[in-house]
Amino acid sequence: MNNTPYVPVKEDFQFLPDRDITTDQNFASQGYWKGVAISFFRNRRAVVGLVIVLLIMFFAAFGPMMNAYNYDSIVSVTSEEGKQIVARGIGPQISGVIQGSGNNAALFAEHTFLFGTDDMGRDLWTRTWQGARISLIIAFVTIIIDMIIGMSYGLISGFFGGMTDNIMQRIVEIGNSVPRLVIVSVLAIFMPKGMVLVIVALLLTEWIGMSKISRAEMLKLKEHEYVLASRTLGAGSFHIIFKEILPNTIGPIITQVMFSIPTAIFTEAFLSFVGVGIVLPQCSIGSLIEAGFNNITTLPYQILPPIIVLALLMLGFNFIGDGFREALAPKLEDM
Amino acid sequence: MVKYTLKRVGMALLTLLLIVFLLFVLVRIMPGNPFPSERMSAEQIAAKRLEMGLDDPILVQFGRYMANLLKGDFGRGTSLYYGAPINTVLSTAISNSFRIGGIAILIGTAVGLLLGIVAALNRGRFLDGFCTVFSIIGVCVPSYVFLIFLQYFFSFKIPFFPYFFDANRFLFSSVLPSLSLSLFTMSTVARFTRNEMVEVMDSDYVRLAESKGLYGGTLVRRHVLRNALVPIVTVLAPLIVDLLTGALVVEKIYGINGIGKLMVDAITGEGVDYNYVLALGILYSALYIGIMLVVDLLYGLLDPRIRVSTKEG
Repeated sequence: MNNTPYVPVKEDFQFLPDRDITTDQNFASQGYWKGVAISFFRNRRAVVGLVIVLLIMFFAAFGPMMNAYNYDSIVSVTSEEGKQIVARGIGPQISGVIQGSGNNAALFAEHTFLFGTDDMGRDLWTRTWQGARISLIIAFVTIIIDMIIGMSYGLISGFFGGMTDNIMQRIVEIGNSVPRLVIVSVLAIFMPKGMVLVIVALLLTEWIGMSKISRAEMLKLKEHEYVLASRTLGAGSFHIIFKEILPNTIGPIITQVMFSIPTAIFTEAFLSFVGVGIVLPQCSIGSLIEAGFNNITTLPYQILPPIIVLALLMLGFNFIGDGFREALAPKLEDM
Repeated sequence: MVKYTLKRVGMALLTLLLIVFLLFVLVRIMPGNPFPSERMSAEQIAAKRLEMGLDDPILVQFGRYMANLLKGDFGRGTSLYYGAPINTVLSTAISNSFRIGGIAILIGTAVGLLLGIVAALNRGRFLDGFCTVFSIIGVCVPSYVFLIFLQYFFSFKIPFFPYFFDANRFLFSSVLPSLSLSLFTMSTVARFTRNEMVEVMDSDYVRLAESKGLYGGTLVRRHVLRNALVPIVTVLAPLIVDLLTGALVVEKIYGINGIGKLMVDAITGEGVDYNYVLALGILYSALYIGIMLVVDLLYGLLDPRIRVSTKEG
């Protein structure tokens, strides 16, 4: 064995020829939200989800106006004998291109029913988007109110800790042990069936998840130095909670909101299907599915549009939620 | 562990008692008519109220209700089934619901686990993609929609399965509802199992096991699955509870005389049936709390780390 130590020569300390490390490459610093947005839009699924949701929102906003029909009016023509003939159960038809199924379809040759008409003779295109609009409005309104309630509750409970936290958490625990179904059934005793019932039921249940998340965030954040600094400068508790800490908890809350919206849509659909939700002539995704189910043996096409819209909404919001979660908490493997 | 178990059980019972009290008070003090007003005159209703003691002070009523409840008696309905004892109606409903729900959970968990394991072992390949698509569809489409489709194609178009539930042919007619109920469980369990397994398979101790020569079934069974299983148990609990909600519509569609259909009847009929709402509310809450409790205890049993921390704390 050769025991002489290796003596480095000058050539060992040469720069590699193809790499220029004498100049640093600098990247412009970017804000937190910009970084989140960039990684969100790099996520293919999240973008697909966003596009789906935006498309459905667009149709929900403008779809009912795209043709001459009204969601609760019955389409009819006067026949040669002077009789009113209602466009009952006409399959999807495009005037001059596709002739729909159904007995009287020929009489309505100049009408276009993209999704067909229902058993009452109402245009399903209009009804589907009107239903999507109602479902989305319910979901957004309740979830935003729930977000405000749950966030305040969780933040206050986590910030003060001790006895306050203990009592507030016991309340949450009890609230969390009552199934949503039971809350709905108790509400159904004294409230008229309809949109308000659905909204109240969702308000009473969905805030709990939000409060848990914001409490956990609060417990993490309240030990930070900036809270102490703010306190030292004489800030009051509520200033610290809502002005200093809240902005830092907003990320996980948005993720939770994105997952709560499909839950709300799902719950609305379920309640309307069972018969305690939206009542006629109003319509929502749930009541349209129910109507489609009632006519499934005679008009099987009727159930498809609301189901597809529901599934796409669930898919879209879940993808967006996943995208947010990944963008807010990037794991090592994603980098 | 024993102390912890006792504490958790005690808390659960206390919560349940509180919920029963709240439900009772809410149901009794809220305005509304528990009797089918179209079929009964004002005098009949007044007589009925007197007979059921609905005008007594609320605490007296609660005491009476609790005394009966402890004996296992839910009382009688006010408008459903012409005031038949709730116990008889409920026991049939429970047995129907539980059998169908039980089959659904078994199918869902078994197939879901299998799908998840297969997907994780074939990460990035076709089977993995298939499993992902399947679980996305399963989560996005409500169980009752599946049932509507199954019913349409396999009972109406091809009349193979019965169109409505038939108690005389229990197994045969519970295929469609159980299958559609199991899909949500199946897809959630599959997705969760896959993600957990992938995470565990990337961990250092699995790499160690691999490097000492373990492979295949032994590795998956002894090292991967054991550690991946714990979080799966925690998602199962909410899934079972979701199943209860889903079962409500499924039972309504398929005409199954279960607790879900009973609940729908109780709140949508003419005159909401107070006693059924109360009985079913108690039943659902008890189920919910019970499931959560079991999962909590199971969690400690499956993961020694949690057991240790509760001992210390």
